[in-house]
Amino acid sequence: MQAAVTGYLFLAILALSFIAFYVGRTTANRFVAEQGADVHSRPIYHGAFAAVWVGLPALVLVLLWLLFQGSIIDRLLLASLPASLTEGASASRLSLYLSEIKNVASGRVFSEPSPEVIAAAERYQSWQMIAQWAMVVVALAVAALALYITRARMAPRFRARQSFERTLDIVMILSAVAAILVTIGIIVSLTYEAIQFFRLVPPQEFFFGLNWEPQIAIREDQVAGTGAFGAVPVFTGTLLIATIALVVAVPIGLFSAVYLVEFADDRIRGIVKPILEILAGVPTVVYGFFAVLTVAPAIRQAGGLMGIGISPNSALAAGAVMGIMIIPFISSLSDDALRAVPQSMRDGSFAMGATRAETITRVLLPAALPGIVGGVLLAASRAIGETMIVVMAAGLTATLTANPLNGVTTVTVQIVTLLIGDTAFDNPKTLSAFALGLVLFVVTLCLNVLALRIVRRYRERYE
Amino acid sequence: MSETTAPKPFDWSSPEATAIRKRRYAADRRLRLYGLISILTAIGLLGVLIASLIVTGHTAFVQTEIAVEFTADPENVPADDPASGNFRAVVSNAVQQLFPEIDDPRELRTASGILSDGAVNIVRNYVTAHPEVAGQSFTLEVPASDPYDQLNKGVINRDLPEERRRVSNEQIALFETLEERGLVSTPFNWGLFVNSDSRFPELAGLAGAIAGSFYALLVCFLISFPVGIAAAIYLEEFAPKNRWTDLVEVNINNLAAVPSIVFGLLGLAVFIQVFGLPRSAPLVGGLVLSLMTLPTIIIVTRVALKSIPPSIREAALGIGASKHEVILHHVLPLAIPGILTGTIIGLAQALGETAPLLLIGMNAFLTSPPGGIMDPATALPTQIFIWADSPERGFVSRTSAAILVLLGFLIFMNALAIYLRQRFERRW
Repeated sequence: MQAAVTGYLFLAILALSFIAFYVGRTTANRFVAEQGADVHSRPIYHGAFAAVWVGLPALVLVLLWLLFQGSIIDRLLLASLPASLTEGASASRLSLYLSEIKNVASGRVFSEPSPEVIAAAERYQSWQMIAQWAMVVVALAVAALALYITRARMAPRFRARQSFERTLDIVMILSAVAAILVTIGIIVSLTYEAIQFFRLVPPQEFFFGLNWEPQIAIREDQVAGTGAFGAVPVFTGTLLIATIALVVAVPIGLFSAVYLVEFADDRIRGIVKPILEILAGVPTVVYGFFAVLTVAPAIRQAGGLMGIGISPNSALAAGAVMGIMIIPFISSLSDDALRAVPQSMRDGSFAMGATRAETITRVLLPAALPGIVGGVLLAASRAIGETMIVVMAAGLTATLTANPLNGVTTVTVQIVTLLIGDTAFDNPKTLSAFALGLVLFVVTLCLNVLALRIVRRYRERYE
Repeated sequence: MSETTAPKPFDWSSPEATAIRKRRYAADRRLRLYGLISILTAIGLLGVLIASLIVTGHTAFVQTEIAVEFTADPENVPADDPASGNFRAVVSNAVQQLFPEIDDPRELRTASGILSDGAVNIVRNYVTAHPEVAGQSFTLEVPASDPYDQLNKGVINRDLPEERRRVSNEQIALFETLEERGLVSTPFNWGLFVNSDSRFPELAGLAGAIAGSFYALLVCFLISFPVGIAAAIYLEEFAPKNRWTDLVEVNINNLAAVPSIVFGLLGLAVFIQVFGLPRSAPLVGGLVLSLMTLPTIIIVTRVALKSIPPSIREAALGIGASKHEVILHHVLPLAIPGILTGTIIGLAQALGETAPLLLIGMNAFLTSPPGGIMDPATALPTQIFIWADSPERGFVSRTSAAILVLLGFLIFMNALAIYLRQRFERRW
């Protein structure tokens, strides 16, 4: 219902915008017919100016309205509930009320609701209705008003092109600002929730504690641990898996790049490079399934043959598959780095009588080292932030171990398991996921900035 | 007078020199070999990945079905309101008819297990759609339940000893009588594309997930494409070079490398907590994916704009076009193929993205496809995750099949991008 009305409203605004375009253009055409060459802008710009000013403000208004309508109605609903219900209730209790009210309002009644809830559900429905039609009326009024104003502003000497172009500038600047807003949004939301978390759990316990048991009871009837939020085992698990991944990927990626740049001819390069790129394009959930289905059982069997007991969700399986995933990162960045070494250095080395291998190991690799290191850092940041492979193939319990045959857990696994299911934002369990997310964001950001800086500085040196 | 003694010429053919040369050439060959081994390893691993998916997944593209004759007798299916009939009884009568020799109720229950649990629904839907069959008999192809499906496809080995099989000898014997009577068929599994999720592997399909992914990608495209192009045009063509625009630039490059799960946290905290948008909705999924695709689109658009030669701009400026006209009328239309190619590749990445969708709840168990962008939905990758987590054997091959479908979509999108690039790319 709501969606349909919103859809028609968008169509109506679009239609008004088209009408405005024609009104603007015909008005300007009339000016041309009456006054000849004295008209400042071409008629199409009068049309475009009118269309933009009729359409954009109304659209922005509707989008903002839709974004805020839900939370404002929720606030009003809670405020309208009798004090006997809301007094002293926790945030999760309140959100339960809200969802009960909404269920009753949409006709999904599981048990006999209390009269307060039924009354609130009726209020909810009527407010939804009011808000929806108010939005339609206000948006159409804004569009109509804009049409009237733009029409009134049109005159032969009206600088319609400049006005239209200024509007475009504003739209473009806002779009560029959106990219910054995303970063700001990430930082603000993660920090805000992390601060909430550190109010409940002291930071020194989080950063230095050795015990991680976050599965605490959110409701009274749940059976769960008492809760311990020492994240060190989670961090070491992440590092262990990322290290295994790099141990697998760096030699394979680097030697592939060396072969492709220095030994292979164009034909082989044309075949092999796209194949390596396919490895980068495979979704990570596919790698996760591959790890569970093929790699982990194979590793367990191999261990069984050698008489070693290997955990079913060993760090080795997850790390090895993650290594496969990051091979193309290492190989393509090393490829770029090797290619950027000037031909004169190669020629110089060959002129001294060095073999190809000697040129590569003594001249090219040292010269390309910063670029390669940058690539490895980027790959490491990928490995630390990778989620699906470890969610599917690594363990859930945080053990402090460096043995790759044991199961370990990672930051990303914990974030996912903590946030799937119950998500009330007032307990350390869910909030700890945001603290972990903040750590993850800061660490990967540092690695990326460092890597990009190394790569860029090195590139400048040879250009 | 100093006497300069010329250094003794090095004897290149001496045994030592030959040995050194040999060693050096061996090192050369070794390095070459390492490179070759690495490449073959990488390609081999990709091959193993795809082969294991095809081996486990190909069986899910066909479905074992059993032709069963049902009777909509008036006792169970009232002629005036067929939909309210007792179809459980209809199905169990049909099973009794199928095996007239069985009279032990326990054995009969085992025999009923051959048909999928969805048989009751299938018969109800058929009778509701064809009310004229009330009181008559009709034959339907009903999916076999998962163990028999696996048995028929050879995933369960009939030669194994009974205690190591999931189906007993008795069950196999029942199934074999059906095979002998020619009632078993394995047609193409349309259910995989037509059905939504189900607890029963033989009924589970991808329709809901495909619809959810489609809606999410639609939202993602509608937001990230215009915003990305506008931002890129501003940064490339209009922005003054100062500290602010440098900051934006660094910011966009970093945004492209932020782990995807962080975007999920952002979506959960901002879109769901602050703005109160519904959980599990493709709208929220699309919003989160658009934030991740935005940097990609900005970067490819800037590259495409940069590749348009200055002569085009100068010619347009020369005949009196404004800066905006130069870009809107000349540069942007020429750059569109490059932008589209990059956008499709960005959307393909978004299609495979799983972690952020898990955090915003697009991993719900839903038995019907979403009706719009506000309804709860799953997406293809999250559906794969759900199935991979399911304990039933039948979901292993379903998961592989779902992955093959996802990879099919990705290959299609990338092929489209490559085609566009080759068809419209211009060398200046």
